[in-house]
Amino acid sequence: MAEKIVLEIARYAPEKDEKPSFQSFEVPFRKEWVVLDALNHIKDKVDGSLTYRWSCRMGVCGSCGMMVNGEPKLTCATFLSSYGNGATVRVEPLRYFPVIRDLVTALSDFLVKLQSVKPWLIRKDEPPLSAGEFLQTPEQLDIYKQFSMCINCTLCYAACPVVGLEPTFVGPAALALAQRYNMDNRDQGAEERLGLLAHPEGIWGCTFVGECTRVCPKHVDPAGAIQQYKLKAALEWVKGFILPRGSEDQSKEVRP
Amino acid sequence: MSVQPSTEFHPRWYRAPVSTYWWMGSWRYSLFILRELTSVAVAWSVVVTLLLLRSLLKGPDAYAHFTHRMQAPWMLALNIIAFCFLLLHTITWFNLAPRAMPVRVGGKRVPEFLVAAPNYVLWVVASAAIAWFVLRKS
Amino acid sequence: MSKPSNEGFFWLLFSAGGVVAAVFIPVLLFLFGVAFPLGWLPQPSYEHLLTLARSPLARIFLFVVCSLPLFHWAHRFRFTLYDGLQVKHLNEAIFVLCYGGALVGTLLSGYLLLKI
Repeated sequence: MAEKIVLEIARYAPEKDEKPSFQSFEVPFRKEWVVLDALNHIKDKVDGSLTYRWSCRMGVCGSCGMMVNGEPKLTCATFLSSYGNGATVRVEPLRYFPVIRDLVTALSDFLVKLQSVKPWLIRKDEPPLSAGEFLQTPEQLDIYKQFSMCINCTLCYAACPVVGLEPTFVGPAALALAQRYNMDNRDQGAEERLGLLAHPEGIWGCTFVGECTRVCPKHVDPAGAIQQYKLKAALEWVKGFILPRGSEDQSKEVRP
Repeated sequence: MSVQPSTEFHPRWYRAPVSTYWWMGSWRYSLFILRELTSVAVAWSVVVTLLLLRSLLKGPDAYAHFTHRMQAPWMLALNIIAFCFLLLHTITWFNLAPRAMPVRVGGKRVPEFLVAAPNYVLWVVASAAIAWFVLRKS
Repeated sequence: MSKPSNEGFFWLLFSAGGVVAAVFIPVLLFLFGVAFPLGWLPQPSYEHLLTLARSPLARIFLFVVCSLPLFHWAHRFRFTLYDGLQVKHLNEAIFVLCYGGALVGTLLSGYLLLKI
């Protein structure tokens, strides 16, 4: 018996289509194939016009994220065998993003949000190179390391209903990345970022659905990062209420 | 600061609308909405407590009326449903709290279930204490 | 609508109310809403409950139990309406309804507990 699996792929050609429609492709069912292999098979052997992003095939580049049977997945890490021989698998572009063509989403909005959180080390003083490197103990690294594993695959945006409902919401990955720098003992920009992100479209837009964390292929836990950020922002609010204008050295506050 | 979406309008890109019933799109979204709706059961429980306090203030007849009203089938059904929602609230609250407040001992993060466990102990002890105060013979 | 900077305050009320609701409220509703009406446990007498409610510690406890969880409800219900029904354009009305309700309940519980 021939081993087959059917992929129902969302197709959208902006020059002629009003909206996306599905096209079915039958591909060989091979237990070592991931969904991305099946897409490559279709593009090479069946329909060269199928358009999607991919690069590394090993869960590092973060470009092959798609909705597979309604779940945000890295297609390079999603095996056909998990759907079974003869199954029908739906492949769509990541949810809540504008679609450019077929399975390719527009990322410009996400990149603006990513930059808005200032994801780099902010220093109030910049010591000369001769002063040597900034030192960090393994414990200090461990505090933020989990949040630094993000590969910007945007699966968490496709999982988050708030992203869909509130297009201006900064979103899970960017907020987690802000927290990654806030918790880095070399960074002194927590106060500046708080001013940008303690906002209804920043951390307060999140309702802790928790889906971002569940779909994250790198176990970043953006939901946890945002709740921790909320707690910190709320305590800063109390501090500002009791001691108005009492802002001190932020570098002392980065450790919980 | 608000982040302006730079892809607000683009003639060639397709934007899928979000359904009003998005929370029925997956059981996880539905569970999330149920979790959020536990707050209605919480508010209802406060209303019941306020009714009880009002009856205590008004006198024994009002208290008898209150206990009688609590026995009405529809009231009983409502309270049983509300109680189930309260349990959902307690369980989800205790399980999610460690994510918002990570505990570190000796530089290592304590596993979440170990952070959640004392909450459950506190819950049982507090419930038993309240029940004892209410039930004990004076 | 609240000023952005005040969301932290409402979130703290929400969190504190969530803890109080999680720990103390299930047993109260179980006793008075389920166990006593069904006869599983003997209904306490009026005098006993009145003496209990009049003790200073119980008054403080009951005030906390009747106030903070209402602010917990206000926060969650507000966002549920925003997101679940997509009625953000009504956000000011929803805000007033939710927090107004919580405030009324809090004042009512304060009044009852002072008079009791």
